Amino acid sequence: MRNCWIGVPVLGIVFLLTSLSWAQQSDAVDRDMSVPPDEVTEKPVADDVALQPVAERIPVEPSRGLAPPGAIMVKNKENDAGDQLVVSFELPADTTGIFAYRIYRRVSGEKDWDLVKVVAAGEPTEFIDGYDPEFPVMPGTLYEYRIASVDPEGNEYFGEIQVAQETPHGEWYHTGKTKVLIACAIFMGLIFFYFNRAQRGVKMYLRPIAGIEAIDEAIGRATEMGKPVLYVPGLSDIADVATIASLTILGRVAKKVAEYQTPLMVPNRDPIVYTVAEESVKQAYLEAGRPDAYDPDSVFFLTTSQFAFVAGVNGIMMREKPATNFYLGMFWAESLLLAETGSLSGAIQIAGTDAVTQLPFFITTCDYTLIGEELYAASAYLGQEPKQIGALKGQDACKAIIITFITAALAFGVLDLLFKSDLVEWLSNFLASPIVE
Amino acid sequence: MYDVIGIWAGAFFTLAIYSFLYKENPIYRLAEHLVVGISLGYGIAVTYSNVLKPRLIDPVNSGGHWILVIPGLMGFLYITRFFPRISWLSRYPIALLMGTSMGVAFPLTMKAAVLRQLESAIIPLYREGMSWDVVLGSVIMLLGTLAALIYFFFSKPHKGPFFGFGSRIGIWVIMLGFGATFGFTVMGRISLLIGRVQFLLSDWLHLIK
Repeated sequence: MRNCWIGVPVLGIVFLLTSLSWAQQSDAVDRDMSVPPDEVTEKPVADDVALQPVAERIPVEPSRGLAPPGAIMVKNKENDAGDQLVVSFELPADTTGIFAYRIYRRVSGEKDWDLVKVVAAGEPTEFIDGYDPEFPVMPGTLYEYRIASVDPEGNEYFGEIQVAQETPHGEWYHTGKTKVLIACAIFMGLIFFYFNRAQRGVKMYLRPIAGIEAIDEAIGRATEMGKPVLYVPGLSDIADVATIASLTILGRVAKKVAEYQTPLMVPNRDPIVYTVAEESVKQAYLEAGRPDAYDPDSVFFLTTSQFAFVAGVNGIMMREKPATNFYLGMFWAESLLLAETGSLSGAIQIAGTDAVTQLPFFITTCDYTLIGEELYAASAYLGQEPKQIGALKGQDACKAIIITFITAALAFGVLDLLFKSDLVEWLSNFLASPIVE
Repeated sequence: MYDVIGIWAGAFFTLAIYSFLYKENPIYRLAEHLVVGISLGYGIAVTYSNVLKPRLIDPVNSGGHWILVIPGLMGFLYITRFFPRISWLSRYPIALLMGTSMGVAFPLTMKAAVLRQLESAIIPLYREGMSWDVVLGSVIMLLGTLAALIYFFFSKPHKGPFFGFGSRIGIWVIMLGFGATFGFTVMGRISLLIGRVQFLLSDWLHLIK
């Protein structure tokens, strides 16, 4: 009886699995049977078919129905790197029944066409070709275009193959970015000016920031408790300014950690950030005079997947129980998951990011939070190097210029409102002209 | 069949991850290690099929794109990290990448984060036909921007009528902004939770339709 009690459900499960498997195979067979044979591949290849976009498996052109579009105009796009073309086409005389237009492109002399754009009926007939990274436009290449009118059933009615009037080519100077160039030059000039002053020994004041001053205290706490320090350098790549700021701070933190001989853990999501973080920590141990204390396993790569990374770091927090957690860099939706877990584990937490949407979560769950630019400034605070302090002073000077612009615009706005003077209006426009497009 | 297995696996691992809310446990640890391992393996496969193969191997194999060999070799230098004697070679691609990234990002940030913001801040406060609430909103936005900028001055003590008062207003403005962002983002997270609960109750348990 006991054997039957066990056997019946086992047999039932086996039967159920077999039935489901059989049912799925039957479905697959039915689906195969219901798929019509591909007409393109079955039909004999004629000359005309060779012009069809092979990659897209476009059916053979049906009998005359819709009018195809007319002339295609292709121009080189100004102020680009030679990887874009401005394409426009004439609508057919009769657009009745046309659902959309499909634009195909190929390199002149080649066989296969690429579908580069679908323009719905009624939408503008001019577009920039080259945005789609799957079908890039290469500089200096001659292209051919062909456009089809498409009916609601998906049938295509092709127009003539037309050779592009221009080939794409890049420009050395972007005429639309002169203002950006001037702003960059002013910004860099100010930074170098204060950088030079700082190098000459001019003392510069830095106001205290609680989150930065707490870093030493947090590392000291971990040392006293004999527990590790966890440092997460954000989840972004090396191109992110927040990541670079974080890696600079990591060097400072690692130096302190090396001096105090406290264990350090640096999990990484990006492989390149991982290599830079490893170099940074190794260098910090060397500078602290403790290269022997450097543990190669302290900086490690977890995974590139965002939430898998979070699951891994959360597990580390709960198992290793670090006394201090640093979250400095770029974070997205994982910020609260990390900080809340760290809070549960009882660690002192210092966070910093320039992600506006994530800062509120860090503020509510961490002991100290570096807001936006405070993260960039942290490195200068920690290092107290003249170069970095000078750079910080230069940034402040840029902010002063911005405040001056806004205040002046506000003042002229109020004056214009009160007196309606041509002079005030001219002054207001003059002030806005370097900024407003 | 595979759908059923997928749903059961999805439900099991959802509950395994949620078990962390109680405490760290072996079931969570299983799910954690699986998701980290699988995502890493999947990432490698995706990188090969979406990046390496179509953008390097195929173009080079087809001939005519030999220039791609140079970035390919630069990328290959990363592997030298495994050989301590020549691991210094991996610094070249890192330096190139960081330098290029900063060079590209600098003008873009200047335009998007400075000039565009400044342009938006110096719009006229009043035009014919504007209602009073719109004018008031513009004034608050402008003064709030100024105050927040004052807060981010690092080389001046936050004392006195300009920097002291301005930075106090600035931090209030920033916190008000964060409060609004917090509420908005939490709503998004709640919708994610609803999606997961729907999966459990609908796809898995068939309790709701």
